[in-house]
Amino acid sequence: MHPAPSVILFSSLSGLGFGLLVWLGIGLPAVTGWVAFVFFALAYLLAVGGLIASMFHLGHPERALKAFTQWRSSWLSREAWASVTALLVMAAYGAGLVFFDTRWWPLGLIGAALSLLTVLTTSMIYTQMKTVPRWHSLSTPANFLSLSIAGGALLAGQVTEAMVLIALAGAVQIVTWWQGDKALATSGTDLSTATRLGEIGNPRAFEPPHTGSNYLLREFVYVLGRKHAAKLRIIAIVLMMVLPLLLLLSPVWHHLAAALAVLSHAAGVLTARWLFFAQAEHVVGIYYGKR
Amino acid sequence: MTTLPQQTDRKLGLVIDLDTCVGCHACVISCKGWNTENYGAPLSDQDAYGSDPSGTFLNRVHSYEVQPEAGAAQLVHFPKSCLHCDDAPCVTVCPTGASYKRVEDGIVLVNESDCIGCGLCAWACPYGAREMDQAAGVMKKCTLCVDRIYNENLPEEDRQPACVRTCPAGARHFGDLSDPDSAVSQLVAERGGVDLMPEQGTKPVNKYLPPRPRDQLQTPDDSGEIDVLAPFLEPIDNGPKGFLGWLDRTLEKL
Repeated sequence: MHPAPSVILFSSLSGLGFGLLVWLGIGLPAVTGWVAFVFFALAYLLAVGGLIASMFHLGHPERALKAFTQWRSSWLSREAWASVTALLVMAAYGAGLVFFDTRWWPLGLIGAALSLLTVLTTSMIYTQMKTVPRWHSLSTPANFLSLSIAGGALLAGQVTEAMVLIALAGAVQIVTWWQGDKALATSGTDLSTATRLGEIGNPRAFEPPHTGSNYLLREFVYVLGRKHAAKLRIIAIVLMMVLPLLLLLSPVWHHLAAALAVLSHAAGVLTARWLFFAQAEHVVGIYYGKR
Repeated sequence: MTTLPQQTDRKLGLVIDLDTCVGCHACVISCKGWNTENYGAPLSDQDAYGSDPSGTFLNRVHSYEVQPEAGAAQLVHFPKSCLHCDDAPCVTVCPTGASYKRVEDGIVLVNESDCIGCGLCAWACPYGAREMDQAAGVMKKCTLCVDRIYNENLPEEDRQPACVRTCPAGARHFGDLSDPDSAVSQLVAERGGVDLMPEQGTKPVNKYLPPRPRDQLQTPDDSGEIDVLAPFLEPIDNGPKGFLGWLDRTLEKL
């Protein structure tokens, strides 16, 4: 799949932002006043910034409001609802903390649940794609949710929780890669079923329909990243898990180490999310004798 | 509404005969010709006369070679357009309701004024039937020439999809696949028409007729006939002539 920068930025950044909102919603850290304002500003910058980035890949962003209409069937529409309601509820909750020094805890819990739901709906957009066997698995929501909660804990400064959750997210990431590598081969879709010529003999793509490229090849048959996939995976796991853990474990624990851990984790998540798209094989590539 | 109808009154679709298709791409051209100047946004081209031409097409013809266990390899031309699936995954993912499946005839269409160009429906289609138009920023797909098949301004023989009307080999057939007595349904039953990627669970309406076994040139042994003249007509000498012939004979003697 074509790794569109806007979609990678969106899913990574808003994942971190909504992750932070989950922790703020359950009152960890229990901040009020100006400190709360800084935490909420960071969360909203990440979450809303990500949502705005996602608008850039639309052909007609001016019609984006129509995307709220089809929540009955479409995960993208459900994501729109979940994200907007999460942001509204958390805004009311945050206003209580910042301006009135009061924690309206039921609002916080509802907001935290809606924030988690937003990340789940984002992951389901990809998970529902039977056409991309690497994504069509429970490991996709597990991957998105574990990264979001771990990154949120890191941003919220919950050191112990962050260490456990980052290790867990790293483990889920490795399982996701390991499962994903087998997904296309075990999906049962190949050139024989795509053309149904397998019943005569062994089919092979002879000539594509066009000499140039087209939308389908650009969008679905992206092969640039695959050559370096193994190296990029190591870079991603070091940046998202190993380095932040070392920084959090280091005896000189201060704000600089924490900031470095956050930046390293975010860079690792972005690398992993880039691979999530670049390595994903869409079955339409089979018609072109590619994958 | 992007939830799919429980069932459709008719299932209009195509039956494509892989045995007859000669791979001339006339259906590709007539499709582009009709659909670029009728329903919806035109099918744009980018860099059409430059070094990297590409464009939007609703129908494309692939070619595959098949090597059977015994016998000669075959070349199969393979036209592919929207299959107007009963369980169309492209429709349910649409967040705006722009994509829909019609209850009256089962045609899957895009309402272009509602399309935000998110591209999710093209992701959901396993067949590559949907292409985002780069100029208009909306999703384009086969409409089964909905503006021809019901068009009373056209002569009756033209009220079928442009690809079907133009196919010089008669490899494309249009009709109602929900009616077991329709010509297309009869054809599918007779020739063992199949679904593409049945494991994807899309339940396509369009069907493909697999290539028939190729004729074998019969030798007298196969047919059981006795040709009394055959022994006299056998070539007497198949060996090489001239220098090579001399070399062949000399080496034989050694």
